[in-house]
Amino acid sequence: MAGEYIPLLVAVPLAGAFFCALAARKSGVLADTIGTLIVALVLALSIYAVVSPPSTHAVGGWPAPLGILLVMDGLASLMLLVVSLVAFLVMIYSLSYMNAYSGRWQFHTLFLLMLAGMNGVVITGDLFNLFVFLEVASLASYALVAFGTGKHELEAAFKYAVMGSLGSLLLLLGIAFLYGYTGTLNMAHMAERLGELGVAPITVAALVLLLSGFALKAAIVPFHSWLPDAHPSAPAPISAMLSGVLIKSLGVYTIARLVFNVYGASPDLLNLLLVLGAVSMGIGVILALRQWDMKRLLAYHSVSQVGYMILGFGLGSPLGILGGLFHLFNHSIFKSLLFLNSGALEQATGTRNLKEMGGLSGRMPTTSWTTLSASMSISGVPPFSGFWSKLIIVMACVEQGRWFYGAWAILVSVLTLASFLKVTKFAFLGKLGKGFENVREVPWPMRFGMVVLALLCIVGGLMLVPEVKEMVLTPAVRVLDHGILTLGEVVRL
Amino acid sequence: MIHSWLPYVLCILLFCVGVYAVLSKKNLIRIILGIVIADYAVNLFLILLCWKKGGEAPILQPGAMEQVMVDPLPQALVLTSIVIGLATTAFLVAIAMRLHERYGTYDITRIRELRG
Repeated sequence: MAGEYIPLLVAVPLAGAFFCALAARKSGVLADTIGTLIVALVLALSIYAVVSPPSTHAVGGWPAPLGILLVMDGLASLMLLVVSLVAFLVMIYSLSYMNAYSGRWQFHTLFLLMLAGMNGVVITGDLFNLFVFLEVASLASYALVAFGTGKHELEAAFKYAVMGSLGSLLLLLGIAFLYGYTGTLNMAHMAERLGELGVAPITVAALVLLLSGFALKAAIVPFHSWLPDAHPSAPAPISAMLSGVLIKSLGVYTIARLVFNVYGASPDLLNLLLVLGAVSMGIGVILALRQWDMKRLLAYHSVSQVGYMILGFGLGSPLGILGGLFHLFNHSIFKSLLFLNSGALEQATGTRNLKEMGGLSGRMPTTSWTTLSASMSISGVPPFSGFWSKLIIVMACVEQGRWFYGAWAILVSVLTLASFLKVTKFAFLGKLGKGFENVREVPWPMRFGMVVLALLCIVGGLMLVPEVKEMVLTPAVRVLDHGILTLGEVVRL
Repeated sequence: MIHSWLPYVLCILLFCVGVYAVLSKKNLIRIILGIVIADYAVNLFLILLCWKKGGEAPILQPGAMEQVMVDPLPQALVLTSIVIGLATTAFLVAIAMRLHERYGTYDITRIRELRG
């Protein structure tokens, strides 16, 4: 029980948001300092969580089924590492990018609130607590989408907020069903009680409600319609956070927890995930192919790539889960990088339309090569990180004899490559677009964030080196592969 | 025993009314009202879960251990949920007002510029 540090992962960003709103209203520099320091501290805590053994913390000293239990197992620490790593680099990028906007302290307050919410979702072991943190993160993200307060931002934020609230209500209703049936809110205890009481119509109804709610947050087809509006409308650092980590911690992670650790992965449930994943992959990439707005194209690719993760989980084997989790890690890196690139291009050229760009590789060398490495990574070109995770997913499909899904994953990957060749060709190659003679490379904080993420894309495959894999990925795979975790097992962590 | 189920069914029905309003109405304010209705339906459902006939407030007193008590936990949940609902509604109304400033209308068919 060495988990005394666990509440800090929520408390630190929450306190940072509070102080930002309290003390940094007048001074943008102070807001920047608080924001950066807090996110750096959260990153340090997450790294500590990865290297230290799993542990739990009972909030307020109340023991598990009665009080709220915070659980830091392998899966939670992996998710925390992903969230805080991306948040830290995005924060440094935004120090320069957000100069174009007013209201520094509001940005940092909302950013830290969103971070606190995501961390809370990941570490909590209590279903209602998860709902509360999910709402904290969602509300902060609605406001961040509307941050520019232009016509499109407001429209997208309204759509996002309505869909998001509807999803949250479905979740709350599902949680109410489960509480009424099992009489507990602790996820491990609930899994035990569900095992004792057996399947009933009400548990199936609750599962449908919870899965729809989480799928809405994860933007899985057919619940994806808000994402291509919401993600492009936010400022670029926020798009990177939303597409990079928010849909994963609020949607993909929660689906994995629910399916594997609470309900237990039955074959029917896994088949449902396989179909959902495959449909998302296909529809997302087909819709992405015909986009000319760079951020919109990236947003549709998020729908498609989330499909890969769900497909990996749906295979249900340790290899499939490993592929899904590794792709989750890689996708956070390269998708946030791509959104940061699009922000750099937008700031330098004043447009997001690929048709209006062209020949920028000479004017913006750093943006150009970072975009290229992220594009190669998302398209699954060796030796970039995306190749390895897609390879594992395809291998897992073949291992189980699911040839169709393996072929489907490769086909979608080829279409992804086609779509990113379009981005590279129209934005960076060819003749320099009109009026771009004086375009300059973006300032160093923005370049720093992009370069570090690009390096992570290139060396991401090293995550599979046995020593690193044993420390980061394998514990997370073990948590999901273990199936239902009973309360006793969780408390003994 | 159809009667004991009736309140729950009515709650779900109320929830569906709210969802229907969100999905079918064209006016921003009506959509917000739909969300509020659905929100209240879920809150009501939670309160119904803990209700017991003749139940009393769950305050333990010496010598009164045998009384029928209502479950206190859902009430705490509903309190939290109401606060979250308030924040969501306030946010939605604020966005709707800003949208009205920009477009001069609450009709979503005339606000639709994002497509594709």
